Amino acid sequence: MRVEEHPIINFTRGKKVNFFFNGREVEGYEGEPIAAALHAEGIKVLRHTHNKNRPRGFYCAIGNCSSCLMKVDGIPNVRVCVEALREGMHVQTQSGRGELRDNN
Amino acid sequence: MITTDIVVIGAGPAGLNAAITAASMGANVLLLERNVLEGGQLIKQTHKFFGSKAQHAAARGIDIAKALYQSASQYPNVTMKFGATVLGYYEDGVITAEHHESIITIKAKKYIVATGAAEKSLPFPNNDLPGIYGAGAVQTLTNVYGVLPGKKVLMIGSGNIGLIVSYQLLQAGVQVAGIVEAAPEIGGYLVHAAKIRRAGVPIYTSYTIKEAYGTEMVEGALIMQLDKNWQPLSGTEIDIPVDVVCIAVGLTPLTELLWQAGCKMKYVPQLGGHIPVRDENLTTTVSDIYVAGDVSGIEEASAAMVEGKLAGAAAASSLGYGSGKFAEIRREALAQLAELRSGPAGAKIRKGLKLLVG
Ligand SMILES: Cc1cc2nc3c(=O)[nH]c(=O)nc-3n(C[C@H](O)[C@H](O)[C@H](O)COP(=O)(O)OP(=O)(O)OC[C@H]3O[C@@H](n4cnc5c(N)ncnc54)[C@H](O)[C@@H]3O)c2cc1C
Ligand code: FES
Repeated sequence: MRVEEHPIINFTRGKKVNFFFNGREVEGYEGEPIAAALHAEGIKVLRHTHNKNRPRGFYCAIGNCSSCLMKVDGIPNVRVCVEALREGMHVQTQSGRGELRDNN
Repeated sequence: MITTDIVVIGAGPAGLNAAITAASMGANVLLLERNVLEGGQLIKQTHKFFGSKAQHAAARGIDIAKALYQSASQYPNVTMKFGATVLGYYEDGVITAEHHESIITIKAKKYIVATGAAEKSLPFPNNDLPGIYGAGAVQTLTNVYGVLPGKKVLMIGSGNIGLIVSYQLLQAGVQVAGIVEAAPEIGGYLVHAAKIRRAGVPIYTSYTIKEAYGTEMVEGALIMQLDKNWQPLSGTEIDIPVDVVCIAVGLTPLTELLWQAGCKMKYVPQLGGHIPVRDENLTTTVSDIYVAGDVSGIEEASAAMVEGKLAGAAAASSLGYGSGKFAEIRREALAQLAELRSGPAGAKIRKGLKLLVG
Protein backbone atom coordinates (compact mmCIF):
# COMPACT_ATOMS: atom_id res chain seq x y z
CA MET A 1 0.00 0.00 0.00
CA ARG A 2 1.16 3.50 -0.76
CA VAL A 3 0.73 6.67 1.23
CA GLU A 4 -1.15 9.17 -0.92
CA GLU A 5 -1.64 11.95 1.59
CA HIS A 6 0.70 12.81 4.44
CA PRO A 7 0.65 15.69 6.95
CA ILE A 8 4.33 16.56 6.38
CA ILE A 9 5.77 14.85 3.33
CA ASN A 10 5.13 15.50 -0.33
CA PHE A 11 6.22 12.38 -2.16
CA THR A 12 7.83 13.04 -5.51
CA ARG A 13 7.76 9.78 -7.40
CA GLY A 14 9.40 8.85 -10.68
CA LYS A 15 7.63 7.72 -13.82
CA LYS A 16 5.20 4.81 -13.43
CA VAL A 17 6.73 1.68 -14.96
CA ASN A 18 5.83 -1.97 -15.45
CA PHE A 19 8.12 -4.79 -14.38
CA PHE A 20 7.85 -8.51 -13.78
CA PHE A 21 7.72 -10.42 -10.51
CA ASN A 22 8.12 -14.15 -11.14
CA GLY A 23 6.77 -13.58 -14.63
CA ARG A 24 3.70 -11.62 -13.52
CA GLU A 25 3.45 -7.99 -14.66
CA VAL A 26 3.32 -5.49 -11.79
CA GLU A 27 3.69 -1.71 -11.37
CA GLY A 28 6.12 0.54 -9.60
CA TYR A 29 7.85 3.89 -9.90
CA GLU A 30 11.14 4.31 -11.71
CA GLY A 31 14.11 4.83 -9.41
CA GLU A 32 12.53 3.58 -6.19
CA PRO A 33 14.15 0.49 -4.63
CA ILE A 34 12.77 -2.75 -6.09
CA ALA A 35 11.88 -3.87 -2.54
CA ALA A 36 9.68 -0.77 -2.02
CA ALA A 37 7.81 -1.40 -5.28
CA LEU A 38 7.27 -5.07 -4.36
CA HIS A 39 6.10 -4.15 -0.89
CA ALA A 40 3.59 -1.69 -2.32
CA GLU A 41 2.20 -4.63 -4.33
CA GLY A 42 1.92 -6.67 -1.12
CA ILE A 43 4.94 -8.87 -1.93
CA LYS A 44 7.01 -9.42 1.21
CA VAL A 45 8.70 -12.78 0.62
CA LEU A 46 11.82 -12.10 -1.43
CA ARG A 47 13.74 -15.38 -1.21
CA HIS A 48 14.03 -18.75 0.51
CA THR A 49 17.20 -19.63 2.38
CA HIS A 50 19.57 -22.37 1.22
CA ASN A 51 19.69 -24.52 4.34
CA LYS A 52 16.23 -24.50 5.83
CA ASN A 53 14.26 -23.03 2.95
CA ARG A 54 12.90 -20.30 5.22
CA PRO A 55 11.17 -17.27 3.71
CA ARG A 56 12.99 -13.94 3.98
CA GLY A 57 11.99 -10.34 3.44
CA PHE A 58 14.08 -7.22 3.81
CA TYR A 59 15.45 -6.13 7.19
CA CYS A 60 17.75 -3.08 7.10
CA ALA A 61 16.74 -1.36 3.83
CA ILE A 62 20.18 0.25 3.54
CA GLY A 63 22.09 -2.49 1.75
CA ASN A 64 23.80 -3.74 4.84
CA CYS A 65 22.40 -7.12 5.91
CA SER A 66 21.82 -9.18 2.72
CA SER A 67 18.38 -10.32 3.87
CA CYS A 68 16.78 -9.14 0.60
CA LEU A 69 18.71 -11.04 -2.07
CA MET A 70 16.78 -11.70 -5.29
CA LYS A 71 17.45 -12.60 -8.89
CA VAL A 72 17.19 -9.50 -11.09
CA ASP A 73 17.44 -9.82 -14.87
CA GLY A 74 19.11 -13.19 -14.38
CA ILE A 75 21.70 -11.96 -11.86
CA PRO A 76 21.40 -13.61 -8.42
CA ASN A 77 22.13 -12.05 -5.01
CA VAL A 78 20.99 -8.53 -5.88
CA ARG A 79 20.14 -6.47 -2.77
CA VAL A 80 16.74 -5.24 -3.87
CA CYS A 81 16.42 -2.79 -0.97
CA VAL A 82 18.99 -0.54 -2.68
CA GLU A 83 18.66 -1.54 -6.36
CA ALA A 84 16.69 1.04 -8.35
CA LEU A 85 13.65 -0.10 -10.32
CA ARG A 86 13.69 0.25 -14.10
CA GLU A 87 11.05 -0.40 -16.75
CA GLY A 88 10.73 -4.05 -17.81
CA MET A 89 12.98 -5.56 -15.13
CA HIS A 90 12.55 -9.27 -14.42
CA VAL A 91 12.64 -9.84 -10.66
CA GLN A 92 12.47 -13.37 -9.25
CA THR A 93 12.37 -14.85 -5.76
CA GLN A 94 15.68 -16.57 -5.14
CA SER A 95 16.06 -20.03 -3.70
CA GLY A 96 19.34 -21.03 -2.15
CA ARG A 97 22.68 -19.42 -2.89
CA GLY A 98 22.13 -18.39 -6.50
CA GLU A 99 24.30 -19.79 -9.26
CA LEU A 100 27.32 -18.08 -10.71
CA ARG A 101 26.84 -17.24 -14.34
CA ASP A 102 28.98 -18.85 -16.99
CA ASN A 103 30.50 -16.03 -19.00
CA ASN A 104 31.67 -18.16 -21.93
CA MET B 1 43.97 6.21 -9.74
CA ILE B 2 42.30 9.32 -8.31
CA THR B 3 44.43 11.37 -5.92
CA THR B 4 43.23 14.08 -3.56
CA ASP B 5 43.90 15.68 -0.18
CA ILE B 6 41.01 14.28 1.84
CA VAL B 7 38.50 11.53 1.19
CA VAL B 8 35.35 11.58 3.32
CA ILE B 9 33.44 8.28 3.45
CA GLY B 10 29.71 8.71 4.07
CA ALA B 11 27.46 11.71 3.36
CA GLY B 12 25.43 11.76 6.57
CA PRO B 13 25.48 14.79 8.88
CA ALA B 14 29.02 13.93 10.03
CA GLY B 15 30.52 13.41 6.57
CA LEU B 16 28.84 16.44 4.99
CA ASN B 17 30.07 18.72 7.78
CA ALA B 18 33.56 17.25 7.56
CA ALA B 19 33.65 17.95 3.81
CA ILE B 20 32.31 21.51 4.17
CA THR B 21 34.75 22.44 6.94
CA ALA B 22 37.82 20.93 5.26
CA ALA B 23 36.90 22.61 1.96
CA SER B 24 36.33 25.95 3.65
CA MET B 25 39.92 25.77 4.86
CA GLY B 26 41.15 25.16 1.30
CA ALA B 27 41.63 21.37 1.11
CA ASN B 28 40.52 19.35 -1.91
CA VAL B 29 37.85 16.92 -0.79
CA LEU B 30 36.29 13.84 -2.37
CA LEU B 31 33.09 12.67 -0.67
CA LEU B 32 31.99 9.08 -1.32
CA GLU B 33 28.48 7.89 -0.43
CA ARG B 34 27.02 4.48 -1.17
CA ASN B 35 23.42 5.67 -1.24
CA VAL B 36 22.06 7.62 -4.21
CA LEU B 37 20.66 10.18 -1.76
CA GLU B 38 22.59 12.55 0.49
CA GLY B 39 22.01 12.94 4.22
CA GLY B 40 22.48 9.46 5.74
CA GLN B 41 19.85 8.81 8.41
CA LEU B 42 18.50 12.35 8.02
CA ILE B 43 16.67 11.57 4.78
CA LYS B 44 13.84 9.86 6.64
CA GLN B 45 13.58 12.08 9.68
CA THR B 46 10.43 14.14 9.28
CA HIS B 47 10.31 15.22 12.92
CA LYS B 48 11.72 18.46 14.28
CA PHE B 49 15.10 17.87 15.82
CA PHE B 50 15.93 18.09 19.45
CA GLY B 51 19.27 19.57 20.49
CA SER B 52 20.51 23.14 20.46
CA LYS B 53 20.23 25.93 17.90
CA ALA B 54 23.84 25.64 16.72
CA GLN B 55 23.01 22.15 15.45
CA HIS B 56 19.77 23.06 13.65
CA ALA B 57 17.40 22.11 16.49
CA ALA B 58 13.72 22.53 15.58
CA ALA B 59 14.50 21.99 11.91
CA ARG B 60 13.38 18.72 10.35
CA GLY B 61 16.06 16.14 9.54
CA ILE B 62 15.08 16.06 5.88
CA ASP B 63 15.59 19.83 5.60
CA ILE B 64 18.94 19.72 7.41
CA ALA B 65 20.15 17.15 4.86
CA LYS B 66 19.19 19.43 1.96
CA ALA B 67 20.83 22.49 3.53
CA LEU B 68 24.10 20.65 4.21
CA TYR B 69 24.20 19.22 0.70
CA GLN B 70 23.64 22.66 -0.83
CA SER B 71 26.35 24.17 1.26
CA ALA B 72 28.82 21.39 0.28
CA SER B 73 27.88 21.84 -3.41
CA GLN B 74 28.97 25.48 -3.29
CA TYR B 75 32.63 24.57 -2.90
CA PRO B 76 34.47 24.00 -6.19
CA ASN B 77 37.06 22.00 -4.23
CA VAL B 78 34.45 19.42 -3.12
CA THR B 79 33.68 16.51 -5.44
CA MET B 80 30.83 14.18 -4.47
CA LYS B 81 30.16 10.72 -5.79
CA PHE B 82 26.90 8.99 -4.94
CA GLY B 83 26.25 5.30 -5.43
CA ALA B 84 29.91 4.81 -4.51
CA THR B 85 30.51 2.12 -1.88
CA VAL B 86 33.96 2.04 -0.32
CA LEU B 87 35.02 -1.60 -0.21
CA GLY B 88 38.53 -1.75 1.17
CA TYR B 89 41.48 0.07 2.69
CA TYR B 90 44.93 -1.21 1.70
CA GLU B 91 48.28 -1.08 3.47
CA ASP B 92 49.65 1.59 1.15
CA GLY B 93 46.78 3.93 2.05
CA VAL B 94 44.79 3.25 -1.13
CA ILE B 95 41.05 2.63 -0.99
CA THR B 96 38.82 0.90 -3.51
CA ALA B 97 35.21 1.75 -4.20
CA GLU B 98 32.48 0.36 -6.38
CA HIS B 99 30.92 3.08 -8.49
CA HIS B 100 28.46 2.45 -11.34
CA GLU B 101 29.44 -1.21 -11.53
CA SER B 102 33.15 -0.55 -11.87
CA ILE B 103 35.93 -0.47 -9.30
CA ILE B 104 37.79 2.79 -8.71
CA THR B 105 40.99 3.22 -6.73
CA ILE B 106 41.74 6.35 -4.76
CA LYS B 107 44.71 7.62 -2.80
CA ALA B 108 44.16 10.47 -0.40
CA LYS B 109 46.52 12.02 2.12
CA LYS B 110 43.86 11.81 4.85
CA TYR B 111 40.66 9.85 5.27
CA ILE B 112 37.63 10.76 7.35
CA VAL B 113 35.45 7.72 8.00
CA ALA B 114 31.83 8.79 8.67
CA THR B 115 29.98 5.59 7.75
CA GLY B 116 27.37 5.84 10.53
CA ALA B 117 25.70 2.82 12.06
CA ALA B 118 23.44 -0.17 11.39
CA GLU B 119 20.43 -1.35 13.35
CA LYS B 120 20.86 -4.20 15.73
CA SER B 121 18.79 -7.35 15.53
CA LEU B 122 17.28 -9.30 18.44
CA PRO B 123 17.30 -13.08 18.97
CA PHE B 124 13.88 -14.74 19.39
CA PRO B 125 12.15 -17.64 17.62
CA ASN B 126 11.05 -16.78 14.06
CA ASN B 127 12.82 -13.41 14.08
CA ASP B 128 13.61 -13.99 10.39
CA LEU B 129 10.01 -13.97 9.15
CA PRO B 130 9.19 -11.43 6.44
CA GLY B 131 7.37 -8.54 8.11
CA ILE B 132 9.96 -8.28 10.89
CA TYR B 133 11.99 -5.22 10.03
CA GLY B 134 14.42 -2.77 11.54
CA ALA B 135 12.56 0.35 12.71
CA GLY B 136 14.82 2.56 10.61
CA ALA B 137 14.09 0.39 7.57
CA VAL B 138 10.38 0.94 8.08
CA GLN B 139 11.03 4.65 8.47
CA THR B 140 12.87 4.67 5.14
CA LEU B 141 10.09 2.74 3.41
CA THR B 142 7.35 4.99 4.77
CA ASN B 143 8.94 8.43 4.86
CA VAL B 144 11.24 8.29 1.83
CA TYR B 145 9.26 6.10 -0.57
CA GLY B 146 5.72 6.50 0.76
CA VAL B 147 5.10 2.76 1.04
CA LEU B 148 3.38 1.42 4.14
CA PRO B 149 5.00 -1.57 5.88
CA GLY B 150 1.62 -3.17 6.69
CA LYS B 151 -1.55 -2.52 8.62
CA LYS B 152 -0.63 -3.11 12.23
CA VAL B 153 2.78 -2.83 13.88
CA LEU B 154 4.30 -4.05 17.12
CA MET B 155 7.32 -1.94 18.09
CA ILE B 156 10.12 -3.54 20.12
CA GLY B 157 12.13 -0.90 21.98
CA SER B 158 11.06 2.42 23.52
CA GLY B 159 14.18 4.47 22.89
CA ASN B 160 13.85 7.64 20.80
CA ILE B 161 13.89 5.67 17.56
CA GLY B 162 11.12 3.29 18.69
CA LEU B 163 9.01 6.20 19.91
CA ILE B 164 9.57 8.45 16.91
CA VAL B 165 8.99 5.73 14.33
CA SER B 166 5.79 4.66 16.13
CA TYR B 167 4.52 8.22 15.99
CA GLN B 168 5.43 8.59 12.33
CA LEU B 169 3.63 5.33 11.50
CA LEU B 170 0.50 6.67 13.19
CA GLN B 171 0.86 9.85 11.10
CA ALA B 172 1.03 7.75 7.94
CA GLY B 173 -2.14 5.90 8.90
CA VAL B 174 -0.69 2.64 10.25
CA GLN B 175 -2.04 1.14 13.49
CA VAL B 176 0.47 0.62 16.31
CA ALA B 177 -0.58 -2.28 18.56
CA GLY B 178 1.92 -1.45 21.27
CA ILE B 179 5.49 -0.70 22.22
CA VAL B 180 7.43 -3.35 24.15
CA GLU B 181 10.29 -2.33 26.46
CA ALA B 182 12.38 -4.80 28.48
CA ALA B 183 13.58 -2.17 30.94
CA PRO B 184 11.23 -1.00 33.71
CA GLU B 185 11.31 2.52 32.25
CA ILE B 186 10.78 4.13 28.86
CA GLY B 187 14.12 4.70 27.18
CA GLY B 188 13.45 7.78 25.06
CA TYR B 189 12.30 11.29 25.84
CA LEU B 190 9.01 11.41 27.73
CA VAL B 191 7.59 14.13 25.48
CA HIS B 192 7.63 11.64 22.61
CA ALA B 193 6.15 8.87 24.79
CA ALA B 194 3.33 11.14 25.97
CA LYS B 195 2.28 11.91 22.38
CA ILE B 196 2.03 8.21 21.62
CA ARG B 197 0.15 7.37 24.77
CA ARG B 198 -2.32 10.14 23.99
CA ALA B 199 -2.95 8.39 20.68
CA GLY B 200 -3.99 5.33 22.69
CA VAL B 201 -0.93 3.14 22.09
CA PRO B 202 0.02 1.02 25.13
CA ILE B 203 3.68 0.96 26.20
CA TYR B 204 4.52 -2.35 27.89
CA THR B 205 7.50 -1.74 30.18
CA SER B 206 9.25 -4.79 31.74
CA TYR B 207 8.03 -6.86 28.78
CA THR B 208 9.92 -8.69 26.06
CA ILE B 209 9.04 -10.47 22.84
CA LYS B 210 8.92 -14.23 23.44
CA GLU B 211 8.42 -15.31 19.86
CA ALA B 212 6.89 -14.32 16.57
CA TYR B 213 4.63 -16.65 14.61
CA GLY B 214 3.41 -17.03 11.05
CA THR B 215 4.12 -19.31 8.10
CA GLU B 216 5.30 -17.27 5.11
CA MET B 217 5.02 -13.91 6.88
CA VAL B 218 4.63 -12.70 10.43
CA GLU B 219 1.06 -13.02 11.69
CA GLY B 220 1.60 -12.06 15.31
CA ALA B 221 3.84 -12.18 18.35
CA LEU B 222 3.75 -13.33 21.94
CA ILE B 223 5.08 -10.88 24.48
CA MET B 224 5.72 -11.67 28.13
CA GLN B 225 6.52 -9.86 31.34
CA LEU B 226 9.97 -9.79 32.98
CA ASP B 227 10.64 -9.79 36.70
CA LYS B 228 13.13 -7.53 38.55
CA ASN B 229 16.00 -9.75 37.41
CA TRP B 230 14.90 -9.64 33.79
CA GLN B 231 13.62 -13.24 33.96
CA PRO B 232 10.43 -14.11 32.03
CA LEU B 233 7.35 -14.63 34.19
CA SER B 234 5.39 -17.62 32.93
CA GLY B 235 1.66 -17.18 32.51
CA THR B 236 2.03 -13.50 31.52
CA GLU B 237 2.03 -14.04 27.74
CA ILE B 238 -0.06 -11.71 25.63
CA ASP B 239 -0.81 -12.67 22.03
CA ILE B 240 -0.70 -9.65 19.73
CA PRO B 241 -1.78 -10.24 16.14
CA VAL B 242 0.18 -7.94 13.79
CA ASP B 243 1.57 -8.07 10.25
CA VAL B 244 4.72 -6.07 11.08
CA VAL B 245 7.17 -6.22 13.99
CA CYS B 246 9.69 -3.38 14.15
CA ILE B 247 12.96 -3.89 15.98
CA ALA B 248 14.30 -0.69 17.58
CA VAL B 249 16.86 -1.99 20.04
CA GLY B 250 19.72 0.28 19.16
CA LEU B 251 22.40 0.88 16.60
CA THR B 252 25.87 -0.48 16.21
CA PRO B 253 28.73 1.43 14.50
CA LEU B 254 29.67 0.42 10.92
CA THR B 255 33.37 -0.03 11.59
CA GLU B 256 34.48 -2.61 8.99
CA LEU B 257 36.82 -0.20 7.21
CA LEU B 258 38.47 0.79 10.48
CA TRP B 259 39.12 -2.83 11.46
CA GLN B 260 40.53 -3.47 8.04
CA ALA B 261 42.84 -0.48 8.29
CA GLY B 262 44.17 -1.77 11.60
CA CYS B 263 42.77 1.00 13.81
CA LYS B 264 42.82 0.05 17.47
CA MET B 265 39.26 -0.76 18.57
CA LYS B 266 37.68 -0.99 21.98
CA TYR B 267 34.41 -2.49 23.18
CA VAL B 268 32.30 0.24 24.77
CA PRO B 269 28.69 -0.91 25.24
CA GLN B 270 27.50 2.60 26.16
CA LEU B 271 28.48 3.77 22.67
CA GLY B 272 27.02 0.85 20.73
CA GLY B 273 29.79 -1.77 20.57
CA HIS B 274 33.31 -1.77 19.17
CA ILE B 275 34.49 1.73 18.43
CA PRO B 276 37.82 3.23 17.37
CA VAL B 277 40.25 4.56 19.95
CA ARG B 278 41.01 8.17 18.99
CA ASP B 279 42.39 11.41 20.35
CA GLU B 280 40.51 14.64 21.02
CA ASN B 281 40.84 15.69 17.36
CA LEU B 282 39.21 12.39 16.31
CA THR B 283 42.44 10.93 14.88
CA THR B 284 42.47 7.13 15.13
CA THR B 285 45.58 5.11 15.96
CA VAL B 286 46.27 5.01 12.20
CA SER B 287 47.36 8.63 11.94
CA ASP B 288 45.93 9.33 8.46
CA ILE B 289 42.44 8.16 9.44
CA TYR B 290 39.93 10.35 11.28
CA VAL B 291 36.43 9.38 12.42
CA ALA B 292 33.23 11.36 13.01
CA GLY B 293 29.60 10.64 13.87
CA ASP B 294 27.91 7.38 14.78
CA VAL B 295 30.82 5.24 13.52
CA SER B 296 32.89 6.60 16.40
CA GLY B 297 30.16 5.87 18.96
CA ILE B 298 26.36 6.12 18.78
CA GLU B 299 25.12 9.56 19.76
CA GLU B 300 22.85 11.87 17.82
CA ALA B 301 22.93 13.89 14.65
CA SER B 302 23.79 17.03 16.59
CA ALA B 303 26.99 15.50 17.94
CA ALA B 304 27.72 13.91 14.55
CA MET B 305 27.64 17.35 12.91
CA VAL B 306 30.04 18.88 15.41
CA GLU B 307 32.39 15.89 15.19
CA GLY B 308 32.31 16.23 11.42
CA LYS B 309 33.47 19.85 11.67
CA LEU B 310 36.22 18.94 14.11
CA ALA B 311 37.55 16.00 12.08
CA GLY B 312 37.35 18.01 8.86
CA ALA B 313 39.26 20.91 10.39
CA ALA B 314 41.85 18.64 12.00
CA ALA B 315 42.52 16.77 8.75
CA ALA B 316 42.77 19.98 6.69
CA SER B 317 45.00 21.65 9.23
CA SER B 318 47.34 18.63 9.39
CA LEU B 319 47.94 19.18 5.66
CA GLY B 320 48.77 22.85 6.22
CA TYR B 321 45.43 24.35 5.12
CA GLY B 322 43.59 27.17 6.85
CA SER B 323 46.38 28.07 9.20
CA GLY B 324 45.12 29.79 12.31
CA LYS B 325 41.52 28.71 11.78
CA PHE B 326 41.92 25.30 13.36
CA ALA B 327 42.42 26.41 16.96
CA GLU B 328 39.23 28.43 16.84
CA ILE B 329 37.11 25.70 15.21
CA ARG B 330 38.49 23.13 17.63
CA ARG B 331 37.73 25.23 20.69
CA GLU B 332 34.17 25.84 19.54
CA ALA B 333 33.57 22.19 18.62
CA LEU B 334 34.86 20.87 21.93
CA ALA B 335 32.68 23.35 23.83
CA GLN B 336 29.61 22.34 21.81
CA LEU B 337 30.28 18.64 22.32
CA ALA B 338 30.66 19.17 26.06
CA GLU B 339 27.34 21.00 26.11
CA LEU B 340 25.55 18.30 24.08
CA ARG B 341 26.87 15.60 26.39
CA SER B 342 26.02 17.44 29.60
CA GLY B 343 23.10 16.73 31.89
CA PRO B 344 21.38 13.44 32.66
CA ALA B 345 20.68 12.62 28.97
CA GLY B 346 24.41 12.58 28.27
CA ALA B 347 25.41 10.47 31.27
CA LYS B 348 25.69 7.23 29.32
CA ILE B 349 27.78 8.85 26.61
CA ARG B 350 30.11 10.49 29.14
CA LYS B 351 30.61 7.13 30.82
CA GLY B 352 31.36 5.47 27.50
CA LEU B 353 33.86 8.12 26.46
CA LYS B 354 35.64 7.78 29.79
CA LEU B 355 36.03 4.04 29.17
CA LEU B 356 37.47 4.80 25.78
CA VAL B 357 40.21 6.98 27.18
CA GLY B 358 40.90 4.99 30.33
C1 LIG C 1 14.58 7.06 13.73
C2 LIG C 1 15.73 7.98 14.09
C3 LIG C 1 15.44 9.22 14.67
C4 LIG C 1 16.48 10.10 15.03
N1 LIG C 1 16.18 11.34 15.55
C5 LIG C 1 17.18 12.20 15.88
C6 LIG C 1 16.90 13.52 16.40
O1 LIG C 1 15.74 13.93 16.53
N2 LIG C 1 17.94 14.32 16.75
C7 LIG C 1 19.24 13.90 16.57
O2 LIG C 1 20.16 14.66 16.88
N3 LIG C 1 19.52 12.67 16.08
C8 LIG C 1 18.54 11.81 15.72
N4 LIG C 1 18.84 10.55 15.23
C9 LIG C 1 20.24 10.12 15.14
C10 LIG C 1 20.94 10.61 13.91
O3 LIG C 1 20.16 10.35 12.75
C11 LIG C 1 22.28 9.92 13.75
O4 LIG C 1 22.99 10.02 14.95
C12 LIG C 1 23.10 10.61 12.65
O5 LIG C 1 22.45 10.49 11.40
C13 LIG C 1 24.52 10.04 12.54
O6 LIG C 1 25.19 10.70 11.52
P1 LIG C 1 26.40 10.06 10.74
O7 LIG C 1 26.77 11.03 9.69
O8 LIG C 1 27.41 9.62 11.70
O9 LIG C 1 25.83 8.71 10.09
P2 LIG C 1 24.68 8.42 9.04
O10 LIG C 1 23.63 9.45 9.05
O11 LIG C 1 24.27 7.01 9.31
O12 LIG C 1 25.44 8.48 7.65
C14 LIG C 1 26.42 7.56 7.25
C15 LIG C 1 26.49 7.50 5.75
O13 LIG C 1 27.60 6.70 5.35
C16 LIG C 1 27.24 5.91 4.24
N5 LIG C 1 28.14 4.74 4.17
C17 LIG C 1 28.23 3.70 5.04
N6 LIG C 1 29.17 2.82 4.65
C18 LIG C 1 29.69 3.30 3.50
C19 LIG C 1 30.71 2.85 2.60
N7 LIG C 1 31.40 1.71 2.82
N8 LIG C 1 30.99 3.58 1.49
C20 LIG C 1 30.30 4.73 1.25
N9 LIG C 1 29.35 5.22 2.06
C21 LIG C 1 29.04 4.52 3.18
C22 LIG C 1 25.79 5.56 4.53
O14 LIG C 1 25.11 5.20 3.35
C23 LIG C 1 25.26 6.86 5.15
O15 LIG C 1 24.70 7.73 4.20
C24 LIG C 1 17.83 9.66 14.84
C25 LIG C 1 18.11 8.42 14.25
C26 LIG C 1 17.08 7.59 13.86
C27 LIG C 1 17.42 6.24 13.19
S1 FES D 1 17.48 -5.43 3.57
FE1 FES D 1 19.45 -5.43 4.35
S2 FES D 1 20.63 -5.54 2.55
FE2 FES D 1 18.64 -5.29 1.78
